[in-house]
Formats: sequence, C-alpha cells, structure tokens
Amino acid sequence: MRKPSAFEMSRRNLLVGTATSVAMGAASRGAEAQNSAAPPLTTATATAPAMATVSFNVNGEVRALKLDTRTTLLDALREHLHLTGTKKGCDHGQCGACTVMVGGQRINSCLTLAVMHEGDNVTTIEGLGTPDHMHPMQAAFVEHDGFQCGYCTPGQICSAVAVLDEIKAGIPSHVTGDLNVAPELTNAELRERMSGNICRCGAYSNIAEAITEVAGRPA
Amino acid sequence: MKSFTYEKADSPAAAASAAVRTSNAKFIAGGTNLLDLMKLEIETPSHLIDVNGLAFDKIEPTPDGGLRVGALVRNTTLAADARIRRDYGLLSRALLAGASGQLRNKATTAGNLLQRTRCPYFYDTNQPCNKRAPGSGCAAIGGVTRQHAVIGSSDTCIATHPSDMAIAMRVLDATVQTVRPDGTTRDIPIADLHRLPGDTPQIETTLAPGELITSVTLPKPVGGTHIYRKVRDRASYAFALVSVGAIVQRDGTGRVAVGGIAHKPWRVEAAEAELPRGAKAVSTRLLDGAKPTQDNAFKLALVERTLAAVLAEAKG
Repeated sequence: MRKPSAFEMSRRNLLVGTATSVAMGAASRGAEAQNSAAPPLTTATATAPAMATVSFNVNGEVRALKLDTRTTLLDALREHLHLTGTKKGCDHGQCGACTVMVGGQRINSCLTLAVMHEGDNVTTIEGLGTPDHMHPMQAAFVEHDGFQCGYCTPGQICSAVAVLDEIKAGIPSHVTGDLNVAPELTNAELRERMSGNICRCGAYSNIAEAITEVAGRPA
Repeated sequence: MKSFTYEKADSPAAAASAAVRTSNAKFIAGGTNLLDLMKLEIETPSHLIDVNGLAFDKIEPTPDGGLRVGALVRNTTLAADARIRRDYGLLSRALLAGASGQLRNKATTAGNLLQRTRCPYFYDTNQPCNKRAPGSGCAAIGGVTRQHAVIGSSDTCIATHPSDMAIAMRVLDATVQTVRPDGTTRDIPIADLHRLPGDTPQIETTLAPGELITSVTLPKPVGGTHIYRKVRDRASYAFALVSVGAIVQRDGTGRVAVGGIAHKPWRVEAAEAELPRGAKAVSTRLLDGAKPTQDNAFKLALVERTLAAVLAEAKG
C-alpha cells in the first residue's frame, strides 16, 4: 500500500489545527463575556486571561475590540470581525494564507498580535474588491485560473497587489541583478517575491500570469 | 499560548526597567519569531513589552562616515535603503536571502540578531533540549543532524544560528548599541554578541537581563566586491545549509564569514589572511577543529566550494 505523503499528513494536521483553533476562538469569546467587568490588563491567570482594548481601521471602517491579549490579528479579523476571507493555513508564518496589508505593506496576520495594531489601517481581501466590483488582481486570478481549491487565494492576491507596489517602490529582491538599478517585473522576480505564499494545488504558473497581466506586461 | 499581560513602552529606559521589574517579561518588536515560539509554548513570557513605539526606526549617518541603523528598522527597509545598497551591498543581499517578503516587512534589525535556532528538536517540545529545557539533554546529538552545526558546538548543543543578516553584520564589523535597566548604555562588537553553546546553550547572547538593543552601527564603507551566497534546499524561503558572506578587494584580500555551520556567525580572521591563496586554504583554517556528524559532514566540502564560487564571482 502507498504510504501517506508528507503533503497528505500536513493537510490532515491543517484541518485538525483549524478545527481546534475555531473551538478555542469560541472558548475565548465565552471567557471574555464572563470577565467583561474586569479592567484591562488584569494579571494573567489560567481562569482569567489578560484583556486589552484596541481600535484599528479595517477596510475603511474603524473597529474597536476588547480582546484576550493573545489574539492574533488573523483571529481578530476572522473570529471577532467575521471577515473570514483571510485564511488560517499553518498559523506559523510559513504558508502566507493569512497575508493582509497593514499600512499598505503585506504581512502575515498570524504572526502579529491584534493589540499591537492600535490606529493601523488594515486591508483584507474583502477590502480589495467585491464580487460585483473586483479588484483588477481578483479579476485576473479568475481570468487566468490562478487557483484550484481557492484556500490560499486571498493571501496570494493580497501578496500580489503588494508585490507590484514593492517593485514600483524600487525594493530589490534576492534575484535582482544589480542592487543599484530599479528592479524589473520579470517572471523570476515575481516567483521570488511570491515565495512566501504556498499553493498546495500548484497553480503557480497561472498565478504568475495573472500578476503579469495586472502589471501590464505579457507573461 | 500562555496568557500574558501587555504594555507599550514609551522610552528605552522605561522599557529596559520594566523588563526587570516584571517577572518573566519579554520585549516584542516584529514578533515574527517570538509569537511563533509562544504558540508552541517554547517561549512563555507572562508579560510583553511592546517597543514598536520607540524612535529607533531611522538609518542615520555617523560622524565617522558609517551608518547607525535603528533597532526597529524593518528588514525590507534596511535592504532597500539606497546607502545600504550602494555601500553595504552584502547586507542588502543577506537580508533579501532570508525569510519571505511578508516576514521581512515585519522583522526588525535587532529581532533578526536575536532570533532563535530552527533546530527541529528545539521546536519539538516532546524531545529533550538543553536550550529549551536546560539539563534535559540534546535529542539532536545522535538524531537527524543534516542542518546542524559542524564547528563550535558542544556535547550539550549542536544548534546553529539561523540569521543571514548576522553573517553580513559580522563581516562588516558592526557594533550593537544597548540600554540597560539602570539607564546606562554600551557598545558591543557584533563578534561578542552571540555566544557558543558550551554548557549553557540556553544563554545565546551576552546581553544582560532587560538589556535592550537600540541600534546597530556600521563602520564607514570598506569598498570591495560584496557577495552573499546562500546554499539551501529550496531556491527561496528556506534556511541556509551553508552561506558565505564576503567582501573581496581587488588585490585578493578580504573578509569572509560563514552561516549555517555554527551557533554564531563563523568568522576566523587568521583564515581570511589566506584569501589570496584561494578557497581551500581559507576553508582549511576556517574549519580547523570542526566536528561534523555523519549527516552533515558534507558541509565541510560545501563551505569550500561555496567560497570558491564566491571568489570566482568576485574576480568577475
């Protein structure tokens, strides 16, 4: 019999991990309700998690939250603001599914605490476009089949939008030939710059074509 | 993740003193390594001091022609700075060889220096690890050691330091500025920041408890050809098996440090004196006393070959 591959194993772990984290999200909301009278920054104990308040702008709307200090920006977006477009993949900054833009820069929302983003401007996939008014990058991903299962797609699209801005801003990459010349948007540049976004379905070629089209150059 | 309280620091001295006043406190800046480890309960601080509000986010010229890089300057910002690209290309190259675009946007200069090893036994809390649980033993020794150190290791720890940036900083002879909880400041040469594991692999740097890095200073540029060559299992977004950072002058002299082989950036000044005689002469001196395992003995040949490629590239 064929042995399960590493991919299959990690897929299984991914699903288990996602289910667990949703359950924990619900538990922490319950704990929050029980401790609603407690002042912010109480001493942390097993029964009473430390709480803090934070306010930031998500997709043009100011959102104020009272959160367990442990809440990542990713969990704040998904579990508290119910913006579930941003996906939880590995939850350790390795897969890029959770990519959002903060202050116009792409980051892994799983590796940052929500309370560290007071006053920040956060853009998620929901803020880029809607089904009726898609962002050009969203439309290009549809046009070029830049996905199969779609789970990594919101992160891919947020990352891709930011990559084009990074190239425009002259930020070099590992494959840039001359550090003192503005980088060009080549296929090698795109692939290097998108390496923090893993696609298990392997839609990379189509993703690269979609980004290239938006950048206004032939693939 | 263990529960923790959280505060934003409003001055460097206040941050440093809060770190010793509160038990089991940690500074947090980019958070890309710390939060990863907190999720796994390898790091379990009960209090976080957010230093992102401190004014350490600038790259400024120094009176003697160098650059002072604020501790909070993000890896992307540092790699893309025009002065760094022109005069310290090695540093840009090393930064861009590390992590992903998303992580480099968050990760800071000081945090990069202080990141923890990626030894899989350090990460696996079911395994003994003298770095994670002092005195528990080392599961890496006798385990799968392809990624591990070949030199400077001890019989308690064979982990490597994972930073690419630190290799460039070591070649550039950077100095690290800090503030201590009593408000005093000091300069630490980069060579003295990271420790070898010895009997205390859990103590990775010479920083005192609560001591906060405020900046990293680069001496004035030394010219030469700057090259950072990283050999890894994937073409992008992977830690080094071996990396070589070098500055090579026209006369064949230069400086070289190697990553992926030790608990700190590995630079041996006596080995650099051999640079005009080629890669074999340098790597023989550089790796004198190496104790590889069966799994990672290939790194000795890989250092020499990577250095040979670097020297060939420098000749043009």
